[in-house]
Amino acid sequence: MDINLTALVAAIAVMSAPVVLAALGETITEKAGVVNLSLDGTILLAAMVSFVVAFETRSPVLGALAGAGTGAIVAAIVAAIGVQLGQSQVAVGFALTFLCRDLAYFLGSGHSRVEGPQFEPLPVPLLSELPLLGKAFFSHSILVYLSFIAIPLCAYLMYRTRWGLIIRSVGENPEAAWARGINPIMVRMAATIGGGAMVGLAGATYSLSVKPGWGHPQGCEGIGWIALALVIFGSWNPTRVVVGAYLFGLLQLMGIYFQDAFTTIPPQIFQVAPFPLMIFTLVIIHFSHGKKGVLARWVRMFSGKPPKAMGRPYRRN
Amino acid sequence: MNSTRNLPQMLLGQARDILLISLLALGAVCCLLLALGISPADIASTLATGAVGSWLKFNHVLTVWVPLLLCCCGLLFTFRAGLWNIGIEGQVILGAIGTTLLLRADSLGLPPSLLIGLALCAGFISGGLWGGFAGLLKNRGGVNEIFGGLGLNFVAQGFILWLILGPWKREGIASMSGTDLFARELWMYTPPGWRVAPASIVIAICAFLVTWYILSRTRFGLRVKAVGANPAAAPLYSIRPDRTGLAAMILGGGIAGIAGGLQVTCVYHRLLPPISSGYGYLALLVVMLANYKAGPVPIICLLFAALAAGSIQLPITLQLDSSLSGVIQGACVVAALLVYGWRKSRKGGA
Repeated sequence: MDINLTALVAAIAVMSAPVVLAALGETITEKAGVVNLSLDGTILLAAMVSFVVAFETRSPVLGALAGAGTGAIVAAIVAAIGVQLGQSQVAVGFALTFLCRDLAYFLGSGHSRVEGPQFEPLPVPLLSELPLLGKAFFSHSILVYLSFIAIPLCAYLMYRTRWGLIIRSVGENPEAAWARGINPIMVRMAATIGGGAMVGLAGATYSLSVKPGWGHPQGCEGIGWIALALVIFGSWNPTRVVVGAYLFGLLQLMGIYFQDAFTTIPPQIFQVAPFPLMIFTLVIIHFSHGKKGVLARWVRMFSGKPPKAMGRPYRRN
Repeated sequence: MNSTRNLPQMLLGQARDILLISLLALGAVCCLLLALGISPADIASTLATGAVGSWLKFNHVLTVWVPLLLCCCGLLFTFRAGLWNIGIEGQVILGAIGTTLLLRADSLGLPPSLLIGLALCAGFISGGLWGGFAGLLKNRGGVNEIFGGLGLNFVAQGFILWLILGPWKREGIASMSGTDLFARELWMYTPPGWRVAPASIVIAICAFLVTWYILSRTRFGLRVKAVGANPAAAPLYSIRPDRTGLAAMILGGGIAGIAGGLQVTCVYHRLLPPISSGYGYLALLVVMLANYKAGPVPIICLLFAALAAGSIQLPITLQLDSSLSGVIQGACVVAALLVYGWRKSRKGGA
């Protein structure tokens, strides 16, 4: 079996682009101590809105902006009920997952399976001429480049800026942050809405670039849950989360490429693999805590703890 | 607290909540429909005729109501213990698989009715084990029950696909449409002119009564409640939160497993990939709308089932997507969270 490595890397970069965006957005949200569980529905609704807006205005850029706006609005509802009113974030996120999914199918049914605009590949001048690397990294659509840029940007924001420090402090200990003059509720709302906009962009990436078009099913169903799992798999560290996202892209492609090569492995294994892997990782991390030895130390080096106040509503007394 | 308020006042407060929630949710949906140029009255009449227009249509409502109510019963246990059992969908699937496993063993030479009963028990056990697995992962493996359960849902989905396309495939061809139909005598009895097996309705009602009784009238129910209300204080009364939570997960998973088993024996008479039909997830919405209380659950289940069944009519008469029912259900739950949250924050502020 002959696999062109350059084509494989390029395919992984495209397949993983929306997953990277969504997982990074959720990482920012969870770092601030908020769980936005609505990802799966948000991605679908944003994908629908982006496609319809791009179709009606003939402008993919407006479509992508509308997608990001949709993600931000859904996240704002999560923030209003889960942060402002202090209701269970899991509950509101879960309800919105299904509301958004059905809303997307209902509102989008008129634009199902129609030919629409999409982001064309935009080779970077000079860089795309590079042998091997050019085809793999610099001949994609603008949303895929955006997913590349988002990685260092996100890591920088989180660990090298004052804003990142504020976000993390609110996720670890909102009471202490309040004592230092930071309003945890405002920061959490901002982080949720900002992260939601990135999730919305992930939806736009699907309907305008990776799997262009709209339909029932669109093809991005289930990705939101994967992104949520990846945040845990990457132990809330943007760089590790992204590594997980690319591994998932590789796994997805393996399911397609190797289906004929390994007929003994049912293709369903590749589709459900990320979740058992995540559970397995969490269990290993759990058992390495408090243990001595090289292996346990090694595991601890590559794992992190969840934000201490994650999911816990902050109340001012 | 509730004890200081008298009953009429409490009922009045609840009635006001219900009114507010339905006004908010239905108002939002109506605005959306009007913006799209669709008459809400048309939708309402289509949904109503789709749900109760004929005896057969009402039968369809009941076929949704039965598994939905069973899933809700399972969730009442886990929510009472303070656990978010999102893995209920997988527990329904495993229950269906367990039931099918026994129904396929027709060489046992047992009378059919006994075999069906045993098969439902197998569904209870397999669903319970799947729920218990998620509970163990939480207690011993440090995996939060939400993500563990979600992961196990995907595993269960992969498992059922593998069974249907692999070991349990149809004679000759493997097909996504499911396994072979069971022998007629292994179908649960459905009277002529009915679509729903009366026994399944009885099972669902019994399950609800038992759930209500255990949770409100037994020592175990009190323990579950104590763990859910304050897991840190429960050990002071020598209640172990981990064990009680695990028991709630097993029991809840078991009841969800029966729902899966009934889908196999009464509705589809075979195992097929979407056997759980998303009832587990829908049940989570129902229990949230009921504010995690048992009382309103059967009625909300009936309303949700009527919406789901009635929406099948939408594409036929109005050329609209049937997912509108999900929009209405979701809007109700979000409105409820808003109203309950608002109520809570006002109480906290006063």
